[in-house]
Parts: sequence; C-alpha cells; structure tokens
Amino acid sequence: MNVDKIGSPLTSTENIKPDTRHGVILYVEDVSVSFDGFKALNDLNLYVNDGELRCLIGANGAGKTTLMDVITGKVRPDKGKVNFGQQVDLLQLDESEIAKAGIGRKFQKPTVFEALTVFENIELSLSGDKGIITSLFHKLTSEQDDRIGQVLQTIGLVKEAYYLAGRLSHGQKQWLEIGMLLAAEPRVLLVDEPVAGMTAQETERTAELLTSLAGKHSVVVVEHDMAFVRSIAKKVTVLHQGSVLAEGSMSEIQSDPEVIKVYLGEDGDKGAQGL
Amino acid sequence: MTTPNSSLFQTQGYPLHGIFKALSHLHVVVGTLFIATLYVTMCNLVFAEGSFMHVSNYTVSLLGKYLCYALLALAVDLVWGYCGILSLGHGAFFTLGGYAMGMYLMRQIGDRGVYGNPDLPDFMVFLNWTELPWFWAGSSSIVWMIAMVFIGPGLLAYIFGSMAFRSRVSGVYLSIMTQAMTYALMLAFFRNEMGFGGNNGLTDFKEIAGFSLQNPNTKLALFVITAVALAIGYWICNYIVNSKMGRVITATRDAESRVRFVGFKPEHYKVCIFVVSAMLAGVAGALYVPQVGIINPGEFSPLNSIEMVIWVAIGGRCTLYGAIIGAIVVSYAKTRFTAIMPEAWLFALGGLFVLVTLLLPKGIAGLLPDLFDKLSMFKVDNEEKKSNTVEVETK
Amino acid sequence: MKRIFAVLLCCMISWQNLASEPGNYTAGNTDISLGQLVNKLPQTKLNKMGLLVEKFAQVNDPKTRDILRLILIGELYYTKQDKTVVHAVKNKDSLYALTNVLTAELIAPVKKSKLRKIKTNNRLRGNIRGYIAKIDLTSSDKLTRIKAVQQLLDNPSDSGLIAIQGLITQEKDDDVRDLMKVTLLVNQLNIGNHAEKLAAIVQLQDSLEPMVKNTMVKHLEALPIDGKTEEQKEFAQSLTKVINKIEVRRGVFEVAENIFFGLSLGSVLLLAAIGLAITFGVMGVINMAHGEMMMLGAYTTYVIQLAFPNLIEYSLLMAVPAAFLVSGFVGVLIERGVIRFLKGRPLETLLATFGISLILQQLVRTIFSPLNRQVQSPEWMTGSLQINPVLSLTYSRLYIIIFSLMVFFTLLLILKKSSLGLHVRAVSQNRGMARALSIRSNWVDAVTFGLGSGIAGIAGVALSQLTNVGPNLGQAYIIDSFLVVVFGGVGNLWGTLVAAMSLGSINKFLEPAVGSVLANIIVLVGLVLFIQKRPKGLFPQKGRAAD
Repeated sequence: MNVDKIGSPLTSTENIKPDTRHGVILYVEDVSVSFDGFKALNDLNLYVNDGELRCLIGANGAGKTTLMDVITGKVRPDKGKVNFGQQVDLLQLDESEIAKAGIGRKFQKPTVFEALTVFENIELSLSGDKGIITSLFHKLTSEQDDRIGQVLQTIGLVKEAYYLAGRLSHGQKQWLEIGMLLAAEPRVLLVDEPVAGMTAQETERTAELLTSLAGKHSVVVVEHDMAFVRSIAKKVTVLHQGSVLAEGSMSEIQSDPEVIKVYLGEDGDKGAQGL
Repeated sequence: MTTPNSSLFQTQGYPLHGIFKALSHLHVVVGTLFIATLYVTMCNLVFAEGSFMHVSNYTVSLLGKYLCYALLALAVDLVWGYCGILSLGHGAFFTLGGYAMGMYLMRQIGDRGVYGNPDLPDFMVFLNWTELPWFWAGSSSIVWMIAMVFIGPGLLAYIFGSMAFRSRVSGVYLSIMTQAMTYALMLAFFRNEMGFGGNNGLTDFKEIAGFSLQNPNTKLALFVITAVALAIGYWICNYIVNSKMGRVITATRDAESRVRFVGFKPEHYKVCIFVVSAMLAGVAGALYVPQVGIINPGEFSPLNSIEMVIWVAIGGRCTLYGAIIGAIVVSYAKTRFTAIMPEAWLFALGGLFVLVTLLLPKGIAGLLPDLFDKLSMFKVDNEEKKSNTVEVETK
Repeated sequence: MKRIFAVLLCCMISWQNLASEPGNYTAGNTDISLGQLVNKLPQTKLNKMGLLVEKFAQVNDPKTRDILRLILIGELYYTKQDKTVVHAVKNKDSLYALTNVLTAELIAPVKKSKLRKIKTNNRLRGNIRGYIAKIDLTSSDKLTRIKAVQQLLDNPSDSGLIAIQGLITQEKDDDVRDLMKVTLLVNQLNIGNHAEKLAAIVQLQDSLEPMVKNTMVKHLEALPIDGKTEEQKEFAQSLTKVINKIEVRRGVFEVAENIFFGLSLGSVLLLAAIGLAITFGVMGVINMAHGEMMMLGAYTTYVIQLAFPNLIEYSLLMAVPAAFLVSGFVGVLIERGVIRFLKGRPLETLLATFGISLILQQLVRTIFSPLNRQVQSPEWMTGSLQINPVLSLTYSRLYIIIFSLMVFFTLLLILKKSSLGLHVRAVSQNRGMARALSIRSNWVDAVTFGLGSGIAGIAGVALSQLTNVGPNLGQAYIIDSFLVVVFGGVGNLWGTLVAAMSLGSINKFLEPAVGSVLANIIVLVGLVLFIQKRPKGLFPQKGRAAD
C-alpha cells in the first residue's frame, strides 16, 4: 500500500487499512534504540495478533515505554522494522499519520485537553477527516453526536460532559483518555499503565473494559500491577534490558526459569512475589 | 441529538467568558464598532468645527490608527491567545502590508514628486536608478496592491511557519526566532539597495485611488474602511476560534503531542493560523499607512512587535474583544503620555508589562466576567439540561 | 598610506607640544646656527636650497626636524614685511595663522598675499625626507627608527639609503636591522645589475612588506611580454616564483587576521551569551533584560572613571568587580521581585523581563542622558601587537579574548566543582527532588540569577572598551546572545563557547565579501534555518531527560 507521507495540509490523508491476512497486526522486528549510549531497546522482536489482548511487563528501564514510543512514531529507532499489518511501514509515518492509521495510545500520565470540555475532548478524538478545511467547516452530525454519547456512557462521564477537562479528578482524566481512545476506534490500542491512581473498583471496571475491547481491537497493555495483569492477560510478554525475555501465558511465564532467574537475581524474593 | 449551540461551550479555560461570548460578544463588538463609527462620522460631518460635538479630522485619523492597531492586536491574539505561539515578529507582517500599500501610494504620486519623474519614485531618482526594480512591477495597480497586502505577509508567514512548525520549534525559541526575523528584515530594509527607500522609507503620498489624502473626507472614508475591516477581521477570528479548528488549535496550545496522537497534524494547523494572522496584520498595516502618511523600516523594530503583545496581554488574551480593548486603551495611553511627559512613557509601558503579567494574567477582559455572575447561573442549568439529554438519548 | 599619515600626525603632535611650550627654547650655540640658517631661508634661491638644507641636517637641534618637515609639507612661509620665517596654517576665515618657528610665538593671522612660501622641488623633498629619516634613524626610540626605515622603504631617497647603509652595522635591534636590510635589498632590486637583482629577489622572498611585492610586480610588468632576452626570462621567472610565494604567505596571514577578528567578536558574543547560558540554559528563565545588565556594567565603568579620573589605568580592574556586583544585585532584585512569581510560565517571564528592560533603559536615559558616553581606554589597552607587516593584533581585542576565556573557565569551574554549582544543577534538573534534599531552591535561584546577571555586567565592562556606552547598548546584543545559546545547545556551556566563536568568525569572514549589514542578516537567517533543522542546537542533551 502506498501512503502519501506528507499529505495535503488542508485535507487529510486517506484512511490506511492494514493488511492482516496473516493474523498479525503489528510487526516489530530487530528494533534497537539507544539514548546517549544507553540501549533502551536491543534487537527487540514482537508480534501482536489481530484482536489479541497482550500484556507487557518488565522492570523499570526494560524498554516498555520506549517500545510504545517507537510504535507510535515518537521515537525513531536506530535500526529495525515496524509494520502495521503486512505492508504499512510505520517508520515512514509521523505520529499523526500513525494515529490516523489506527493505532491509539494512552499515556502513562493522563494527558487531556484541559481547556476543552469533556465533550469536546471526545469530539476531537473521533475518527474521521482531520484536515484543516474539514475542521473549519465542520458540523457535528447526529451519528457523531450519538457516538460521543455512547463513549461518555462507557466511561461514565455523562454528567461531566460539559465540564472543562481540567476540572476532572485524576481518575476521571484516566477514563477520559480511555474514552478518547475509544472514540478514535483504533485497530490497535496501546495502553500505558491504565490503572495507576485508580481505586480497586475502578481498576476492576478498567479490566472489564479492556477485556471487552479485545477481539474487535488489538490491545497492548503495559502495567506494573501484577494482580491486574493476571486478571486480564491471556498472553504476556516479559521485557528485560530492551529485548524480549519470555512470552507465553501467565502460568508459563511464572514457571519460566529465565524469568525467575532474572527476577530473583535482581530483585530477590520481591520480584518472584510480584509475579 | 444535534448540537444546537456548540459554540456556547467554547470556553477556552475561562468558563464565564463562554457565556459572555456566546450570548453577545460578536454582536456586542460589531454593534459597538458600528455605533462608534457612525457617531464619529456624524459628529465629524454634521457638527461644525468649534462645536462641542465636533470630532476633528485629527481625531478621526487618530481613531483610524487605533482601529488598525486593534486589528493587529486581533491577529496577535489569534496566534498567541488561542494557538500559544508568542510571536514577537508580528510587526514584520504589519510593516510588509504597509510597504505593499506604500509602494502603491508612491506610484500614485506620479510626476508630482520633487524630481518630477513620472515612473520612478523620488528616492530611486536620488539613487540614480534608471528603471524600476522588478519587484516594483505592477505596484501602480490597486488590485495588485491589495493582492500583495495578503500575499506578502502571508508568504513570509507560510515559509517561516512551515519551517519552524514542521521542525517543532516552539515556545520561547519560536518567540526569539520571530524576533530575529523582524530584526533581520529591519536591517535589510534600512539598506538603500533593497529598493524600499532605505532609512526614510516611503512617504510624501499624494492620493489613494484618485482621492487626495489631504482631503478630510478621504480620511473619514479610510477610518470607516478600517472599522469595516476590523469588523470583518473580528468575524473571521470569531468563526475560526468557535469552529472545530478552533478547538484543535486550543488543544494544540495546551498539549501539542497529544493532538498528534489523536491524528491531527498540529503543524499544519499552526501554519494555517499563522498565515491567517499574518494576513490580518498585513491588512492592518496597509490601512495604517495612508492614515499616518509614512512607512519606514523603524516599524520592523522588535520593540514595536513586543508592544503589540502587551496590548493583547493587557486587554486579556484568549478573548478577541480583550485584544481590541487592550490595543485601544494602551494606544490611547501612549498618545496621552507622550504628549504630556514623553520621558515617562517607557517607564509606564515597562511597568505595565510587569504588573499585568504579575497581577492581571487575564488582562482587562479577565475582570469583566465578574459582571456576568448571573449568566453563570444560567450556564449550570444549561449544562445539567444538556447532560440529561445525553443520558436519556444514550439509554 | 595610513602609516605615512600616522607619522605626519605624530610629527604634528610633537610640533604642537613644542609650540605650546615656548620656555623650551633656550639660546645656545647650536641654536644660533639654526637661527642663522632659518634666517637665510628667505634669501636663498631654489637652486641653492639643497646646500642650505644639507647644513640644516648637520645642526643638532630638536627643532631641526620640525622645520625640515614643515618645508617638506609646504607649511613654512616667510612674511614679506620683515622676512620672519613662520609656520602658517589656513584657518576658518581663510586667513593664515602664524607661528614663529624659532620662538614659537604666535603672530596675528594675515592674508595669504602677505606671505611667501619657502619653495621646494621634488629632488629637494626627496633629500629632506632623507635628512628627516636620518635624524629619526639615530633616534633612541625603537618605534621611531622603525617608522623612519618604513618611510624610506615606501619613499626611498638617496640620502636616506646612504644613512641606512651607514647605520645598519651599528643597529642592535633585530627588527630594525631586518627592515633596513629589506629596504636596501629593494633598492638593490631597483638599481642593481642582473646578478644583484636576482640575489635581491631570493633574499626578499620571506619579506611580507607590501612595498616588496609592489616593487616586484612593477618590475614584472615593466618587462616586455614577447621577445624577452634570456636574462629577462630568468628575471621574470624568479620574480613570478617569489611573488607567488609571498602572496600565499600573505593569504595565510590575512586568514589568520580574519580569524583573530572573528574570535574577538566571538569573545564579545561569548561574554554576552554566557550569563544568558546560565539564566536561560541552566535555570530555564528567559531574561530579556539581560542586555540591560550589560548596559549597567558598561555604565558602572563609566561612573568609576568619573569618580577616579586619576586612576584610568586601573579603572577597568576596579570596574570588573563593581560591575559584577551592580548587575548581580539588580539581577537578584529582579529575580526576587518578579521572576520567582512567574515560575514555569516562560512566555510571561519573557514579557515581564522585557518590561524591566524598558524601565532600566529609560532610567539610564533619565540619569545619564540619552547620549552616548565615551569610556576611556587605559594605556595598556591601546596599540597593537605587530607580528609581521600583514598581521597585527590590537591589544584591546587580544585582552578581550583572553578575558572572555578566563570568565568562561571560571564559570565552568564554579558550576562543575563548587557546591553552589552542584545545587544549581540539581535544582535545574529536578526542583522538587532538590527541595526534598533540603536544598534551598529559592536561594539557589536568586544566586544563580545574580551570577548570570553579574557576568552580563562584566561583559558590559568589556563592551565599554569596544563601543560607545549608551542606553541601547544591550538591545543590540540580546538577540545575538540568545541565538548563540540556542545554537550551542541550551544547557551546554561548551556549546555556547563553540557557538560564539564560530558565529563570530563566520560573521568576520562574510563581512569583507558582502558588507557588515548583509553579513549580519545572512548569519541571522542562517541561524534561524539551523535552529529549524536542529531545534536543540549543536550539542543537544539527549535521552529521556531532555523531554
């Protein structure tokens, strides 16, 4: 598939549809990233299947966030290949094009548009043409309005729809950001520590939500909270020092000698307990 | 459900403004402008000189100048207040627009100049030039002049903006770069070889489109045209900031990288806003020149550009009417101050910079919403009503 | 040309000194003979002048030189009325102001018709130059001797050359002797036979004197283009070879001089930018009043010179700490009074500090007047270090280069080694954490800002030696210094050094080609383009910390 890299400034590029005939939606192959000599990613390989819910775990500095940065175009790798579906080369696209292609991301620290209302936050995130002309003469259609209503319903911010996002609590902002992800209807959701700062109840709801999203979307979750990971994960990938240490179901991971060694070796009992 | 009144919720950080704006501000501003213009025109024409009600020709020109500044302030507010680009080089766009007009007015002089050369402006004769430089071609046509008022500043803004925003230069860096831009232009225009009259600039204009510039009626007409331009400029800015595009640029101002991850290309939006703003500034400059009768490279000076920013800061950035109020209030203060005690003006201006940023971050407009407390009650009602409808409909 | 002018100027000044001190004139044996000679001047016919002038040259009197010089430049007249020999200069009213050359007494101005000039011809002038040179050549001052030889090199005269031949063996100073040798060799090249010419060329190949090259070019051009004789061919060949060699060497030194100018401009930029590198680069505070801190430093120098008019030689040494304190104090005031309330709002800080800069400018205008003030340069800052005829380094620029590097390394040392530096870096990287470690971040901010401003003050002292001191002094440098900091990479002092020096050099290399204004514009535009390509400068901070 040929993608116009720059696109006209006034109208946006055509929607990109990934080719997933092989069942894999995200190919990350031999990717290396280094900052000032520190290797954040080291020949990392990762394949995410279409519709899968994948958890990424690993100690601090294992490269989880950097991996997300690479996929979403924030960081350019020194070498390697990142493909969306079989043919779309993500390294040729910038952040906004990747987002438009259908890869959504939620940040570690919730970032919402604080000067806009919750409603407007969702409105901006809706999938569709993001060109200037369209924005300038845009009128909200009734379908879009319905869609926003649904999303607000899902994230439980119906009452706060016309509050400025800056007035929301930390947890509500987390939800709003998830809502913005949903509104964009991406093929792949990258979710960085979604339950940080949430109550147990909210965590449970998040787990439900993420599980329900899998199937229709592919979801990649980075999380430190092992209980949470255990509750949602079918397949877990362990990162260690910038490359994949192990991959498999939760029980496989827990019994993997490599993983035990690394965690016992580095963090002693604590690491093992964490798993 | 449709969104009958989505502009109602364009609050840009100050919830109460939203109400003030949505209910009335476009109408209030344009209405006020209309009444004021009408009043000044009537008083100038109907009442005889010496009458208590008479508005002198001098005052008309002065007011015309203020309105040019107001349009310029709108342009600055659009990029700074809404898009977060603190341009310290908007004077460059203003002056370029002014030069486009100045070139036309120079050609209108024809053979009435000191040297009586029908083709060449005086300063070119003085420099022993024998023919017009290529970039003066077409400058005698009013249509070309109007086109250049938009193209000149717009093109500079496009080139500068697309380079700066594509490489993601922002914040203070961008401010310094815009300042460097106008500074470089100033140095360049001071050179005689540039072909824009060097140090002295363009002046001694005689007439515009066949009307003598000495004639008070021409001045009055220019004043009215400026008022109309300001109203149109206001409408354009108002439309932009209340459109979805306005939401995108506000979002860009606060969290640019997030906007990218939502799928917008913020650099394109910024360039677009920057160009629109530059063109508005260019129009302001073009209207300014015939009313003050001169344009010279001093207008490029970084101090001028930064003075524009203080208009907006004092008026209240992020509110369009605030920019207009700020420009007029500060310019009026400057006129008074420099007449009474010229020494004190820089003290006053400097003090304003400090005090406004420290004590009045929302400017004069920030004080206004207190007057609209009642309206805020209405807002809450409306909000709840709206949320309820959403709930009902989605269930 | 300049050199001749300088010599004349020197003569003029010494003449005036003499003229203004009539007490110097004492009647002695030699004076009488000088007086007699002078009195003979009006009666002597032009064809006898040669002899008379020769006699003049033999009189050992401090005034002889001046009288000869006046004859040379045609300012020696005698009055028709009483044949008094006078120095006459045309004044504003087209009258001639007269001074008696012997008694130095002033005589009322007269019309031209009352005077008659003491005439000379070209030959006589050549000889007079020679006599003057001879007097100078035996002077005890090395500079005077060098000037005299130089004069003879540029305008050779027989008597002068003979004098040199006589003196060269006694000359003890190497520089003077070398120059004498070159002068003689040039003469040999001009008048010698073929073998002597060739020998002179070979010996002259290391000389960079402009006269040497000019003479050679003249000889080369004088040769016929076609049909040269064998001798002429050989002569031309050796001339071409040596001219090329000289040109290459001159080129090298011209580049070296440009680099020197570039570095000195770079040092000024460095001094201006280095304080900013701290306030902006380390603290992240943008201070538009930075230029005004420099202005304050320059005015401090001015005030110190006013206060201690007898200590001009030491005024700069006093001004450096004083300017540091004054600007530093004002900086701390600004930080405490304004900037600390605007933490994390860079654009507002920019506006507020801009307001402060306006106030400071107006303040200085009100106190010292809007006119520029002249700050004097101490003796040791004037003059230049003459390395060879092409390359000379002015002391003021040389000292500024050294001074800026000293300031730079001192600052580097403070930031890297002292506990203050550690605290500053800690606060700049993570304010919250630094506070948790009981670093008083407010105090650190104030001190850092004071340090940055103080250094700007020191830069002002240096600037006062290069430009006029006026209220707008700082404005001219603020954009440049920001660009230097950004170009070098924010937060990187070494980057600032490299950026300042390279920008200065680029500017100086562009200047001869396109003129200073255009050079300025080109550098500005180039920088803007560069920043757009690499927003983080030459030496960016990498990695996660940079975001």
